[in-house]
Amino acid sequence: MQLTQKHQEYWQRNLRVTAILLTIWFVTTFVIGYFARDLDGINILGFPLPFYMGAQGSLVIYVLIIWYYARYMNKLDVEYGVHEGEED
Amino acid sequence: MSAITQSQFNANLKKYYSFYTGGFILFVIGLAILEYLGASNRTLGYLFLLATIGLYAGIGIMSRTADVAEYYVAGRRVPAFFNGMATGADWMSAASFIGMAGTLYAAGYDGLAFIMGWTGGYCLVALFLAPYLRKFGQFTIPDFLGARYGGNIPRTIGVIAAIICSFTYVVAQIYGVGLITSRFTGLEFGVGVFVGLAGILVCSFLGGMRAVTWTQVAQYIILIVAYMIPPVWLAAKQTGVPVPQIVYGYQLQKVSEREKQLNADPKEQEVRAIFKGRADAANAGLKNPEAAYADGKAAAEKRVADLKAASAPEADIKKAEAALATYKDVDTAKAQWAKDKGLAARAAPVRAHSEAFPGKDEKARDTARLNFLALVFCLMVGTAALPHILMRYYTTPSVKEARVSVFWSLFFIFLLYFTAPALAVLVKYEVYHNVVGTSFASLPGWVAAWAKVDPTLMSVTDVNGDGIVQLAEIVIGTDLVVLATPEIAGLPYVISGLVAAGGLAAALSTADGLLLTIANALSHDVYYKMIDPNASTKRRISIAKTLLLVVALTAAWVTSLKPGDILFLVGAAFSLAASGFFPALVCGVFWKRANKAGAILGMLAGLGVCMFYMYTRYPFFGVNDPLWYGINPISAGIFGIPAGFLGMIVGTLLTPAPESSIQELVDHVRYPNLEGDIDTRAA
Repeated sequence: MQLTQKHQEYWQRNLRVTAILLTIWFVTTFVIGYFARDLDGINILGFPLPFYMGAQGSLVIYVLIIWYYARYMNKLDVEYGVHEGEED
Repeated sequence: MSAITQSQFNANLKKYYSFYTGGFILFVIGLAILEYLGASNRTLGYLFLLATIGLYAGIGIMSRTADVAEYYVAGRRVPAFFNGMATGADWMSAASFIGMAGTLYAAGYDGLAFIMGWTGGYCLVALFLAPYLRKFGQFTIPDFLGARYGGNIPRTIGVIAAIICSFTYVVAQIYGVGLITSRFTGLEFGVGVFVGLAGILVCSFLGGMRAVTWTQVAQYIILIVAYMIPPVWLAAKQTGVPVPQIVYGYQLQKVSEREKQLNADPKEQEVRAIFKGRADAANAGLKNPEAAYADGKAAAEKRVADLKAASAPEADIKKAEAALATYKDVDTAKAQWAKDKGLAARAAPVRAHSEAFPGKDEKARDTARLNFLALVFCLMVGTAALPHILMRYYTTPSVKEARVSVFWSLFFIFLLYFTAPALAVLVKYEVYHNVVGTSFASLPGWVAAWAKVDPTLMSVTDVNGDGIVQLAEIVIGTDLVVLATPEIAGLPYVISGLVAAGGLAAALSTADGLLLTIANALSHDVYYKMIDPNASTKRRISIAKTLLLVVALTAAWVTSLKPGDILFLVGAAFSLAASGFFPALVCGVFWKRANKAGAILGMLAGLGVCMFYMYTRYPFFGVNDPLWYGINPISAGIFGIPAGFLGMIVGTLLTPAPESSIQELVDHVRYPNLEGDIDTRAA
């Protein structure tokens, strides 16, 4: 089975959104984590920023990353005609 | 069942679980009335245990099945929302439910590695695996390795890796079940293990994945309700706002101020100096045992004699005699010193709860940071490689639902992990403000009660003899934080029972998923795919059920030996899964060129490096080689994962590209729907 130009493009766009979201994930987790001691002075809702990110902020971002990916891909499926038919 | 459509099925599920949640709340209210009328704590404990296990068994019986697809993947019609709840229960173990808040209490910021690691891993599940595995649509994770890389070797390595990580994990769960059952009913630990096991088995044995899924949804509802009530109440009590997740920032500020005060307090310093003295004496004793033993014994004898001569109070003489009794012989004294050496930790000043990577100098702080980030990384990648979690995404009706389902999974997990750090701070506030500084004669009720029940969870001793509690005089076990919160918050015992039921639900649901993973790897991958591919449906199901029973009994037997030592391996399961599975699974989807030789080499290299590092560094094995870059053995995956990817790349590039049918398989999993597509769905 031969993939069309359109199929290739679908996969490229999937890779692109995956890479962008993965970068956000990486910065949230590891870059902020790495500089935790330096960011200690900043306050948010009474928390020091690094503690807030570890305990709440990054978790919210993770949930949003997954929510956005599901929404984006489910739309992309339809746009490129590779969505599944209604089963049952 | 097949007569109704998916949307009717969804509507029915919503109706059933709404009724169920309402029923459960009425049940708890009923018990609260019973307590008010004077029912004993033991009775309430039994009622909770019997009612919840009976309920799970009931769901198991209703969902019994002899259909292969129903047994292995719940018929692939679990809607995203419910699969999310089931994954949440599958994921959150006894350790998350009972231990997590305690770990955060003890470790402060550094404990957040678990919070981030065990949630952020779902980003990797969503982006790299769940939708593709769903499109592939078979039964187990080794199935994917077998089909993608061809041949039995990748499949076999997959089976072995799945069993290693799941088995250590399941033992820890059954341990938790035994502990909770025995604490709340007074049954013996061993009996508790088997009562819990009965609950697990009725469910998974009769209905496989189908029964486990619907029970896990029920268990999630119980565990989240049980987890939320105490912190909400405690937050309301302390601050007047019943939203612990928002208000605890301000409580954290108060805790931080109090930490500074306590560090400057002369009485605290006095207690710490006493501990330091004991630790120093122990170190000196261990250096030169014979001489220290003789000196110590002579001094102790002299003290007893002096006190008696001066006709000192009875209590003082008893104390001196007890001190003398530790000098029975050199070995007893040595054992005591080995224990006292640990008091050095209690001599240290209070560490700041919100401080990241504390350490005595810049180098120690950098090592702490490196370990923190490495642990987060290993837990995240491990999350995206644990077979019992990945398997859950085979059960959704479509790729689209699989994607949405990862969102619901993390959302439901998030609810608990979002609350755990708040709970830790609220309890710390309580201890620092309402326990420290009170007199021993008027300790808060919950302190005295727990100290009596289990001194490993809570103990206070008046070390400097001033009659006032100092922080350094308090020892708190990690499990206490969750278990005691209902009493700290002043809630009735029925809520303590509810918390225990929640812990039990967490342990049982995880154990269910793990046992099924192990038994399916054996029955489906080993028996059906490798030994007898012509086996009839009936035979496959009966083999699967028999193996489930065997695995469950083996796990319970291992647990009943109380192997406290193997519990530390649970953290190791993440590094192992990450090193063994992750590179092969991800390259299987994202790198068409990846082939069999690469997969074999990658999995073996990943597992090999990871196990080597653990074996030579965990104190348990007694080798104790120096650490690489100061990385703790729990994060061995930080070396194993790159080794896995490297093996994958080298093996692949040295051998020819996979045949075109494999490349077609890759295209197949990449697109939710392709015209003229191949079909990999399992029958």
